[in-house]
Amino acid sequence: MYSHGSESLLKQARDIQDAEMAKFCSRMVKQTQARDQGPQGLQGRDQGLEAVDSLQRLHLILAASGRLHQRLLALLLSSSGEQLQVLCAAVLRETAPPSDHKLNYSQCSGGRFEGSALGRLGETPRADVPSHIHAALSITSPSLADHVTLLNKKLIDWLRYASTQQGGGASSVGFFNGPRIRQPGPVTELDGGPSGDFFTVLCVAQGFTEDQWMNAHAFSLLRPWLLASSAAPGDNDRSDVDGSVVSMVSATSSSSRLLAPRERLREKSFLYAQRLIEQSDRKALKRADSELQKACLVEAVLILDQVCLEDVSQVFRAFPAVKALYGRLSPELGAARVLLAVAQFYLNHGETAAVDCEPVWRLVFGRLPAELFNDPHLAHSLLRFTRLHLHHLQPRVVQYTQAFPNLLKFLAWDSPAVLEDFVDLLPSLVTPGTAVELLHSLLDLPCLSATLVLQLRSPKTSSEEASLSLEAFRSPAHRGLFLFLLRAEAGSGDTIARLATLHRLLAEAADWPRVVQAAQAVPVLLHVYFNAVVTVTPASHTHTSVLPLSFPPHRVLSFHLLRFCKLRPSLVVDQSHELLEFAGTTANAFSKEAVFTDVVWLLGEVLSGGSDPRCSVELITSCFESLEAVLFEVTSSAPPPGEEPVAPRVITSLMSALAKLASRSHDLIPRVSLFLSKLRAAARGGAVVWSREEDLVAIVTRGEELCSLLRLPGVAQSVLTPPPRGPRWHRDLNVAPSLQLRALSGLALLH
Amino acid sequence: MVHCFLINTVCPVSALEAGDSRVLFSRVFGPDDASQDEALSAEERRALQRDKLLLVARQVLSSVTLSREASGRGPTEGVAAAAATDEATALQEADSGVQRLRAGDPFLGERSVLWLAVQSLAFSLVCLPHENLLLAEGTLRSLARHCLEHLRLLGHGSEVLLKVDRIDFLLSKLLPHGQLLFLNHRFTQSLEKDIAAYMAK
Repeated sequence: MYSHGSESLLKQARDIQDAEMAKFCSRMVKQTQARDQGPQGLQGRDQGLEAVDSLQRLHLILAASGRLHQRLLALLLSSSGEQLQVLCAAVLRETAPPSDHKLNYSQCSGGRFEGSALGRLGETPRADVPSHIHAALSITSPSLADHVTLLNKKLIDWLRYASTQQGGGASSVGFFNGPRIRQPGPVTELDGGPSGDFFTVLCVAQGFTEDQWMNAHAFSLLRPWLLASSAAPGDNDRSDVDGSVVSMVSATSSSSRLLAPRERLREKSFLYAQRLIEQSDRKALKRADSELQKACLVEAVLILDQVCLEDVSQVFRAFPAVKALYGRLSPELGAARVLLAVAQFYLNHGETAAVDCEPVWRLVFGRLPAELFNDPHLAHSLLRFTRLHLHHLQPRVVQYTQAFPNLLKFLAWDSPAVLEDFVDLLPSLVTPGTAVELLHSLLDLPCLSATLVLQLRSPKTSSEEASLSLEAFRSPAHRGLFLFLLRAEAGSGDTIARLATLHRLLAEAADWPRVVQAAQAVPVLLHVYFNAVVTVTPASHTHTSVLPLSFPPHRVLSFHLLRFCKLRPSLVVDQSHELLEFAGTTANAFSKEAVFTDVVWLLGEVLSGGSDPRCSVELITSCFESLEAVLFEVTSSAPPPGEEPVAPRVITSLMSALAKLASRSHDLIPRVSLFLSKLRAAARGGAVVWSREEDLVAIVTRGEELCSLLRLPGVAQSVLTPPPRGPRWHRDLNVAPSLQLRALSGLALLH
Repeated sequence: MVHCFLINTVCPVSALEAGDSRVLFSRVFGPDDASQDEALSAEERRALQRDKLLLVARQVLSSVTLSREASGRGPTEGVAAAAATDEATALQEADSGVQRLRAGDPFLGERSVLWLAVQSLAFSLVCLPHENLLLAEGTLRSLARHCLEHLRLLGHGSEVLLKVDRIDFLLSKLLPHGQLLFLNHRFTQSLEKDIAAYMAK
């Protein structure tokens, strides 16, 4: 498709020299002049084709190199012939800045638009009308209010009063009978039946009249117009005054003559949308038309939504149709996108109409993600809907926060496409009740991804071809594991006990592309998750399982562990038993080095009577003894076979932690000083061989520093035990005056 | 209204680095964000617009590549692998998807880019937030079908670069001024007559 030929053509265009360009341009000028003035007929046609060819090449050169030849501009502006005009417009777009060329309707920027052009709407040829309307869409100036009104009136005419007779082109010329003008019949519906009411885009005919075309155009830009002009001034909305009084009697349409144009347009839009909903119930004869029906349904429901937002009294008129549509479509999920539009309507107006919206939410957050997780367009639309209406959904729709196992299916299936959406949505899914389960679900995302692949593969693969994981998926013994992953709602447990079994069964899925992509999304989401958890969950909540000590080593997790505990020091004391168990296991110093260092640091930093009254001398002593034991083992014996010697950082952090603990319980000071001095000697000639001289020096230096510090217990305590909320000496009533005096006298001395 | 229509490569191109895409056709509808900034000169505005489109093309390329990888189809080799299938089959086998473009990255407001990847080319529509995406998908498919037919994109020619007027004409009929149209099969037939007449020239 895209070949080397195209690539070299582009290169030629980009590298064209100035002299060559000038020659080409003068040739072009001659050609276009000759064509305009020269002979007609075949020779003229050849010249025309040559001119077209040159223009096409010129466009390519300009697009590739961005260079301009001024002389051509005037000539291009005056060319005739449809194809040349299109090409000239394209060339002009490449050369001129968008807003300078008034000829070029398609590039009108809102600010430069001339209001009088709107007034000429009646005479403008069909294709240009949308451009005026689009320019009008970006109007904000109040002086154009009249034109807005005019446009509203025009739209009403086109939408409601288009002809219902078929257009020209219905005449048949019989070969034997001579020309006969057959009377064009009425337009028909998509299923061939006669048209019931006014003309809409879902009516067909052999040929269309001009106003029927305008009907199609007008409907196509109706909703953008309603959205854009709802903020525009000019039309006094009487309905705003009545809107606060929701009247159930206003079910009949008000007499149109008395309403302002804007209100009339709303009324006509309402009727058009209702008619489309009725027409979509018919079975279209062509497949393309069935697709159109769905798109029309989405548009119709959104128009009703918009109209009801502007005029609350319309809700009672609109609801029956929308409800009936929901009832018709919800059993099958073929029109899922329409159901999303219906959900939006329910969300905005369900309360006003006092309608039970629960079935809708069960569908949106239950069935749709569970059955259609592999439809990228639905995923995008559903997640977008959720994002835009989060402020409504989160407080009011309990199904939303409980539905994260289902929503994560979109992510597990196609993480690159929806990751951005989840980064935005995840914080809203973190609630005190579900936080732990959510964390486990995030960590299990690759497993979910593999399970979804198996779920889709299962019906299509015979038992002979089934792989190990597919067999496991189908076997009743392991069914429970997979069903847990595929659950639709939170609340049935945080995680499964037989996680290791699941990992074993899915081992071959580790390099499936979808699973790999899902795995790459996990660290990003963990960051988002932990940032959200800190703000959402109250301090008193027990974070027992949140401490990720038992999880495989993961940089993200240990980073957040540290951050978490710094924010909530009481957590360390709460979990001191687990932390001590972890820190007291020497094997962890080798295999989970990063987490180990962090835990040791935490214990040393936080465990003090000052930070938490529960921190007793016994606790400090037992912690000291565990760490001392580990340090002794690590430095006095060779590392286990197959392992590298422990990192120097582990050793220095252990030493520091011991010193800190000792500084708070002074009985321990002699013990630690003795230990550190023995360590100095052992480090030099002991069982452990250090790979770098700097490591040895660092350890020995640290030992010496700590020893000398501990000779002054009072100093050691203030240095090694930070005040609970950071240094505040400048605020302390006792300390501050002396600091201030010193500063002032220093300044005075400078003078 | 659609923000822009784009055709770009989604195969490895020898002259470009991996991850870079060649924009073969682009058309921006309506006022774009850059024109709001009066401090820039015309040239700068054009260059800025071009850069934004290139960013979109790269985003589409990575979406297409990841999607094909995930569904087990490797990225197509631009020249070698393209078998001489007919347009209808190529379109049926095409991958499609949609990607969110955050506000500011690269356009001022949020956008959704709908893409349809046919062998080594991708057709994309960058849509504004409240667009009817179902309609946009149908329009994109229709545009792609006409481009494939009338520009002989499955062959090795360079029509996509040279026959810009044809694409512009298609856009003026099917997506006039960026407006998505609700067209039933009769309306479409009428437009296709006009299109066929133009392409025959």
